[in-house]
Amino acid sequence: MANGADVSEFDLECSNLTKRFGGFTAVNNISFNIPNGSFFSILGPSGCGKTTLLRMLAGFLEPDEGDIRIKNRSMLGVPPNKRPVNMVFQHLALFPMMTVAENIAYGLKRQGVPKAEIAVKVQSALDRINLPDAGPKRVDQLSGGQKQRIAIARCLVLDPDVLLLDEPLGALDLKLREHMKVELKQLQSQFGTTFVYITHDQSEALVMSDQVAVMNNGVFEQVGDPQDLYYNPKTAFVAGFVGDTNRWKGVVKATSGSEVQVATDDGLTLTATGIGQGCKTGDAVDIFVRPESVALSRSADALSGMENRLAGQVKNVLFNGANSRILVQDPTNGGEIMVTLPQTGEFNDLRAGQDLHLGWKLSQAKCFAQEAGKASGAEVA
Amino acid sequence: MKLGNSSKLGLLLLMAPLLIWLFALILLPHVDMFFLSIREKVAPRVYQTSMANYMEFFNEPLYWNTFARTAVMSILTTAITLLIAFPISYYIAKMLKGRMKAFLFVLCLLPFWVSELVRTFGWMILLRETGIVSSTLQWMGVVDGPIEFLYTDATILVGLVYSSMLFMVVPLVSTLESLDDSYIEAGYDLGGNGFTVLREVVIPHAMPGIVSGCIVVFMLSLGNYLTPVLLGGKDSLWFTEQIYAQFITRFNWEQGAAFGFLLLILSSLIVWAGLKLSRQTLSETMG
Repeated sequence: MANGADVSEFDLECSNLTKRFGGFTAVNNISFNIPNGSFFSILGPSGCGKTTLLRMLAGFLEPDEGDIRIKNRSMLGVPPNKRPVNMVFQHLALFPMMTVAENIAYGLKRQGVPKAEIAVKVQSALDRINLPDAGPKRVDQLSGGQKQRIAIARCLVLDPDVLLLDEPLGALDLKLREHMKVELKQLQSQFGTTFVYITHDQSEALVMSDQVAVMNNGVFEQVGDPQDLYYNPKTAFVAGFVGDTNRWKGVVKATSGSEVQVATDDGLTLTATGIGQGCKTGDAVDIFVRPESVALSRSADALSGMENRLAGQVKNVLFNGANSRILVQDPTNGGEIMVTLPQTGEFNDLRAGQDLHLGWKLSQAKCFAQEAGKASGAEVA
Repeated sequence: MKLGNSSKLGLLLLMAPLLIWLFALILLPHVDMFFLSIREKVAPRVYQTSMANYMEFFNEPLYWNTFARTAVMSILTTAITLLIAFPISYYIAKMLKGRMKAFLFVLCLLPFWVSELVRTFGWMILLRETGIVSSTLQWMGVVDGPIEFLYTDATILVGLVYSSMLFMVVPLVSTLESLDDSYIEAGYDLGGNGFTVLREVVIPHAMPGIVSGCIVVFMLSLGNYLTPVLLGGKDSLWFTEQIYAQFITRFNWEQGAAFGFLLLILSSLIVWAGLKLSRQTLSETMG
């Protein structure tokens, strides 16, 4: 570890990074800093430029503009094998012609570490990932989760300043993926290394990260902690991409402060909180309401405190244990809304065809100006 | 897996053409050759069983020297072919995409559209005393008189390497293509340089292709007749020439058959040794 004045509180600083492929700008003027020892995720749909960004950090691509600084040292022109970063590849890229121990030792050998020391380090790395006996095994004898841990250990044994992870959980089945999310987070805090994790899976990003950047069309739409992204999206894309949401298109009828009255295209009148610029009278807007922020009741009176109220008929009950939802249709105009079913027992006997009252608070409905020609997260996802 | 009677019959019928072919063209002639090789002519039309034909090979230095020379030259051909074909294959398999790749691959294949004889004559046109290379050098003033490039060991090697190239490139390209780019990138990412990535990642992965290419090239060179005779002339001393001479010139079929068997046994031994040295198995290589 370096000491003295050149110690930065950021392991990784990127300024004005741009990468173009022909006429296509994959990464467009992105700047961000990642604090030491944090878990930073870049979340975006496929084709948003996140892989390009990661490959620039690893050194496989050179940025057209901008600078990458790791521990205050510029990485421009530094080849991948000289950078203090290591990468866990999407399909892990564990060398099949080597044993597990040889895989982990590969990087240490390249650094010229003495043989005896390599053996000690490899064994301690295997111990730390709870696979102490895996050393002599061949890679194809391991399970998906074990390979995952070996791939991470192979990088972490080199003590990199930053570990890059390129959707490494994508190839795993659902159950293992849920398990590995927790395990990755534990490994990260155990080693204290800065992780940069790219994914298109919002749940991976939300569960593991200290900070998440939502990326779309080559730019960061919003950077924040997971709660912030979920509860206070700054753009329509983030509101649509992070978490599930109901969405209406409409036109602003009246505004007062941040409160916006919107007539939706399917004939509802809703009150929402306007976010950002452009929610002025006459503007085309999108309104987002999360399924779990809608209150249900069998009587209209119980919801009188809510700014938005609807009466509708249950069209479908989508039972899925704790994640059960219902689809409610407004009989007057056919508009549909997805609502999470509260698991308090009160609605367990709810069946399709029953009448129901819905309501949600002004602050739970977010209103964003529609941007012409720009895909919004809800459609992409 | 246990096969039922009907599927056993189906398998047998499916294999029948192959089995007949193997039996009639490979097994039968070899059995006949073997019996030919172990009989000795003691008087006109009188033969007796003996190993004399085999002993002749070991007792007459010319024969086993010729064999050793053929084997060494073939090994050399294999090594040179590998050295030239590996970068070409790597370039085709890993650096090129789409149409360029197909184009270069076809370019490697193209010379094999014409017969080996014509290709070898092509080399003779280039390399003979009055050939293109010799006259160009004279025209440029590099040399004073005509130069004979033919009938040397180097010429034989050039011809053999040229005609074996495709058989090395094809298996190499297919194994290298199956190497995912991320392994190479991981090799660099973990601190390797070009040389270590080649040694630790690319070559171990390509080993089955290297070995199968080497076996094919070695066997083809060892059994080649045309190229050494045409490019090497009378002094080429290729072992297949000895076999030819016994069969055709001296009409000594017994001796020729013994030489044929020795070529088969010795070349198999060399391939086996090569597999042992490179720690590969035949099933891995061909599978």
